Amino acid sequence: MNAAHAHEAHHDELPRGITRWLFTTNHKDIGRLYIGFSVIMFLVGGILAMLIRTELLRPTLLFPPEIYNQIITVHGLVMVFAAVMPATTGLANYLIPMMIGAPDMALPRLNNWGFWLLPPAAVLLVMPFFLMLFGIGNGAIDTGWTMYAPLSVQGGIGVDFAIFAIYLMGASSLLSSINIIVTIFNMRAPGMTMMKLPIFVWSWLITAFLLIAVFPPLVAGATMLFADRHFGTHFFNAAGGGDPVLWEHLFWFFGHPEVYILLLPTTGILPHILSTFSRKPIYGYKAQVYSFWAIGALSVVVWAHHMFTSGMPVAAQLYFMYATMAISIPVAVLFYCWFATIWQGSMTFETPMLFALGYIVLFGVGGLTGLVLSDAVADQQYHNSYFLVAHFHYALFGGPVMGIIAATYYYLPKITGRMYSETLGKWHFWQTLVGFNLTFIPQFFLGIAGMPRRIPDYALQFAHLNMLSSIGAYILGSAQLLLVYNLIQVMRGVGKKATTQVWEGAQGLEFTLSSPPPYHSFETQPVIQ
Amino acid sequence: MPAAGAGRNRRLTIILVIVVLGFFGFGFALVPLYNSFCKLTGLNGKTGGPVKASAVAGMKVDGAREIKVGFTSAVMPGLNWKFKPLHPDMVVHPGAITTTGYVVSNPSDHAETGQAIMSIVPGRAARYFKKLECFCFHQETIKAGEFRKMKLVFFISPKVPKDVRSIIVSYSFFPVKKRS
Ligand code: HEM
Ligand SMILES: [Cu+2]
Repeated sequence: MNAAHAHEAHHDELPRGITRWLFTTNHKDIGRLYIGFSVIMFLVGGILAMLIRTELLRPTLLFPPEIYNQIITVHGLVMVFAAVMPATTGLANYLIPMMIGAPDMALPRLNNWGFWLLPPAAVLLVMPFFLMLFGIGNGAIDTGWTMYAPLSVQGGIGVDFAIFAIYLMGASSLLSSINIIVTIFNMRAPGMTMMKLPIFVWSWLITAFLLIAVFPPLVAGATMLFADRHFGTHFFNAAGGGDPVLWEHLFWFFGHPEVYILLLPTTGILPHILSTFSRKPIYGYKAQVYSFWAIGALSVVVWAHHMFTSGMPVAAQLYFMYATMAISIPVAVLFYCWFATIWQGSMTFETPMLFALGYIVLFGVGGLTGLVLSDAVADQQYHNSYFLVAHFHYALFGGPVMGIIAATYYYLPKITGRMYSETLGKWHFWQTLVGFNLTFIPQFFLGIAGMPRRIPDYALQFAHLNMLSSIGAYILGSAQLLLVYNLIQVMRGVGKKATTQVWEGAQGLEFTLSSPPPYHSFETQPVIQ
Repeated sequence: MPAAGAGRNRRLTIILVIVVLGFFGFGFALVPLYNSFCKLTGLNGKTGGPVKASAVAGMKVDGAREIKVGFTSAVMPGLNWKFKPLHPDMVVHPGAITTTGYVVSNPSDHAETGQAIMSIVPGRAARYFKKLECFCFHQETIKAGEFRKMKLVFFISPKVPKDVRSIIVSYSFFPVKKRS
């Protein structure tokens, strides 16, 4: 890593050392910071996941139940807010200016702030674990990532830490969303009309709009929660005339669009990868852009499908059921376009392509099981069972995480100038695929058999499937170390030098720049015909 | 970057910040919106405040219909009380004013104050459940070792939908913390 930096610094006269990274306003530096941070947080969240599966390996208690609850909660919050979101935001920062032919992001100083708010947020989430070791407080937040009242009103200092983490992460996401929208609207190269934007840029534009619409209400909700906890208000406290169900509405008004905030950027990167490795242009550009719009719009009006068991009247259940099912139509259009893009292409199966194809399959399972859950009647049975856990891991790992890994392999040679080890990459893929399915297929059956989520111990009849699931998790977890090893090797400068185009079929402005690209991408803005 | 570009960026940034603040406000606006929505529809089993006896003078009793009313009770953490319905099950005619109650005792060694919150299943029956008198209209302070009978006078409006044949009324006592 040092060698590469010294080399670059020599060319561009960069400030050296830590101050370069602390004060940088360069979109590529910030993009790399986000991605590096995200890798670290994936490991933190991953270690917590391994602890969860170790507790569930056999039907006994390893941790006290309170600690188990803290582990699952922090695992969820870290994965969503500190791993997946920074990864997609990092890709946005690194790629969007290059893709639209801009010299940098529109608001570089805010961009720096946007990143540096995140590490303190992550520290706030995890710190209560360590404070507890020193006898301060009773540990991290233990309410589940959904922070339902009244649990979250009664919880210990971990909840307060989490509320402040949400403030920081909210500010960070909102800054980067504003930045991305301004960049896309104002900084495009001449001739780059909206309908010529690379599809990844479109997906992020919708994502940024969603963030601006739904993160502020969550921050408002967190503020009410804080007031209930400390200032004697009664927003969620039934004793004072408040209503815990109100929190559920506020949370899911954010929470459901949030899953599309995680997903959309990777549905944007996918067509690029599929088209490169099948050597065909992206099929159905317009259809995909309109689908993004449709998904974005529908995602804010379906939130109560998470609340079918909260005692809603039948009419409301029916509405939320049909509205939820309607989302699968634009999602199906995306699937159709992905298939049509690779159809009869001359495909090769480099690691990014493998992960992209894995994405289609695994996320497909996530979407289809989502349809099962969206049935208001069936959901009475599946809600809060392991079926749900399996669903959203297929949707979240199978979609966003697979997409992020695919994008990482795809752009790694561009970012670092070095080719990673294809052999290790392929191993990484197959081990991930086997491990992932072994982890989560049993959970569908456990859920149908009636095992609830968020329990540290379980009835004996669930023992075999849980054992399988835990073994799968170890395979899945250790597979990710291959990626880490590959990343470290590439950063140390091991590996073949990457060409400008990197991949034979790669298209787009970013592949007209050298690998790695110069510190300031375009000295003169390109003109798009 | 040309100055014109910077001006455009600033303008769009300001607009977006205002939009963010707007949605932040929208989050808070959801609270009154939600409450009035629930009151309007009786969702969440929320029932209204006291009904004056004079307001229902001359109400007809629908002797042909019978509705089963079940009463349940719960004491939230923070109170040491025992709290039970006088009649866990009753059968009433819509329009008939009925008197029942709950008993509460405080076996602990200190006085405690609580507030009862009621909720009704099915939610759409909530707006037809009317109370003339209820211990839930105010806080109750029970002294150490005290035992108390608390009155509930209610009726079910004759307008209650035909398919409502049974109603569960649940009361939960929440501790009232003295604000320091
Ligand atoms: C066609 C697409 C989808 C449909 C119809 C769907 C439907 C649902 C429904 C109805 C639930 C609630 C189930 C319950 O709580 O009982 C749910 C939960 C969930 N879904 Fe999906 N979903 C879809 C796609 C996605 C995507 C794309 C993601 C993420 C990228 C996702 C992530 C989640 C998560 C995290 C939960 C659980 C939240 C919790 O309670 O902790 N889903 N889904
Ligand atoms: Cu949802």
